[in-house]
Amino acid sequence: MESIGVLMVCPMNSYLEHELEKRFNLFRFWTVPEKSAFLATNKNSIRAVVGNSSAGADAELIEVLPKLEIVASFSVGLDKIDLAKCKEKGIRVTNTPDVLTDDVADLAIGLMLAVLRKLCESDRYVRSGKWKKGDYRLTTKFTGKKVGIIGLGRIGMAVAKRAEAFSCPISYYSRTEKPEIKYKYYPGVVELAANCDILVVACSLTEETLHIINREVIDALGPKGVLINVGRGPHVDEPELVSALVERRLGGAGLDVFEHEPEVPEELFGLDNVVLLPHVGSGTVETRQAMADLVIGNLEAHFLNRPLLTPVV
Amino acid sequence: MENHQERSDHRSQDLPQVLVIKPPPVLTLFEDKFISSKFQLLKAWESTLPLDQFLTNYAGSVRAVLCSGASPITADIIRLLPSLQLVITASAGVNHIDLTECRRLGIAVTNAAGVFSDDGADAAVGLLIDVLRKVSAADRYVRNGLWPVKGDYALGSKLGGKRVGVVGLGGFGSAVAKRLEAFGCTVLYNSRTQKPSVPYPFYSTVLELAADSDSLIICCGLTAETRHMINREVLLALGKQGVIVNIARGAIINEKEMVECLVRGEIGGAGLDVFENEPNVPEELFGLDNVVLSPHRVVFTPESFVAASELVVGNLEAFFSNKPLLSPVIYE
Repeated sequence: MESIGVLMVCPMNSYLEHELEKRFNLFRFWTVPEKSAFLATNKNSIRAVVGNSSAGADAELIEVLPKLEIVASFSVGLDKIDLAKCKEKGIRVTNTPDVLTDDVADLAIGLMLAVLRKLCESDRYVRSGKWKKGDYRLTTKFTGKKVGIIGLGRIGMAVAKRAEAFSCPISYYSRTEKPEIKYKYYPGVVELAANCDILVVACSLTEETLHIINREVIDALGPKGVLINVGRGPHVDEPELVSALVERRLGGAGLDVFEHEPEVPEELFGLDNVVLLPHVGSGTVETRQAMADLVIGNLEAHFLNRPLLTPVV
Repeated sequence: MENHQERSDHRSQDLPQVLVIKPPPVLTLFEDKFISSKFQLLKAWESTLPLDQFLTNYAGSVRAVLCSGASPITADIIRLLPSLQLVITASAGVNHIDLTECRRLGIAVTNAAGVFSDDGADAAVGLLIDVLRKVSAADRYVRNGLWPVKGDYALGSKLGGKRVGVVGLGGFGSAVAKRLEAFGCTVLYNSRTQKPSVPYPFYSTVLELAADSDSLIICCGLTAETRHMINREVLLALGKQGVIVNIARGAIINEKEMVECLVRGEIGGAGLDVFENEPNVPEELFGLDNVVLSPHRVVFTPESFVAASELVVGNLEAFFSNKPLLSPVIYE
């Protein structure tokens, strides 16, 4: 299989790179100075693209790779892949579901605790050397808070299960109500936001869910409400979110994703009611290895004419 | 002090007094909750007299004292309170009370166990996730503008599937264990005695627990037996990837040895709300990214404090009405 060209569109994982290099002819797209020339030269040998949450395979890239057979994403999110185009051209698409569900859900709860209990702010305070006895600043209790989840897929359900252990009543919004689920369903995001203390974005990014967190939702969540985003940056109207946080119209936010990563609005840096993470939802040694193994497994399966492990298209 | 007495209204001077040597945090923040038709507070800290003289002059008939970590009830203090029958603390911990002396003299003790369990457990889990997933460190990274410059942050370690050893399975420990189960952790524990109704594997020593755990969460009380119970030997058994979280009392851990282990990379990380000599924190910790520090406030929420103050008042009102105490500390 060494002659099969695999185009990795951005750096994501050195273990994955090494394993792909052993099996395929790996092209590291980010090291190429003249991308159009490179594609023109190599287009007939590239039969697979490996992308992630930052970059995938848009229509433009797909069009210039006539021999493209499969796009394997090192992520569960598919928003960087033109799925319609892939379907149209018979290109297979795989992602990395399930293996990262726990980590993302753990992080969502970790963000809730960090925001409400001001863990990062406490840590800064102690490190500043300013801790004096008799400092009785109170933080916000987490147990029993109402948690509203947007998107009750694998990640949403995992967040719910964890939050329940903290006695949090769970409610949710999704495209359709799930009658077998015991949590309270709200048919609209604004209504969900108005009826919870902590709102978690756990759905996939599509045209419908772009800016699903807008001014109206933020207002409904309110000055005591907290937004947790472990989905995608574009789920949130970021300028609206920033002004709501700065003006204290929203109580707080725990954000793992942003509209223009790695750029993060600097107005947030001085706030003590936000926690800002550099897209680490699936960022553990264990999970990234499992994700890499899935990418490799899917590519091998495809080129050996075996059933794909985690196909989307 | 004299001013205070003049300000008290005539009626309240008939009420039994509750001595407060230094105000516990709940009193400082929620004094309105302590206004009762059944007792009045005798505030020693408002006097310019040295404490022993104040007690000798004014506390001779005091039957109850409200204390805190900042105003320990030692045998010496008890000696100056000949009418003392009740010691109340607004904390869960009772390590600042000479329980042996109280027991000897038949003095009852009440604490505020139970009302802090949820908040303490929430913070313990929050600290564990923070250390394993580098939440505070990564937040610093972003705020320092390093994400666009240095790229992706270092990978953390998955919580699910970890073996977490809970030291002390009382109110805090049980609440922590219940939460950890939902993350797919395997819960193990050590406590003074095995608890038969509990589904978690029991380890009779902390050393054995540490050897078999990926993380340790300290949830027990500070006693003569538990002082410096977590020492270098235990930490080395926990290992290079091991994480320790302490929401109990700083002195349960040999702090000097723990700092050495952390600095040398002999354990993986620590989440610490309590320290041996608060508010002093070993400065070597400030430079470590695998440590998360908190200024002894894992139970500091309005809900906890209101509940604690209500429990204190409830115990005092019961005592002065000759009714059963709400949360007596049972001597073992």
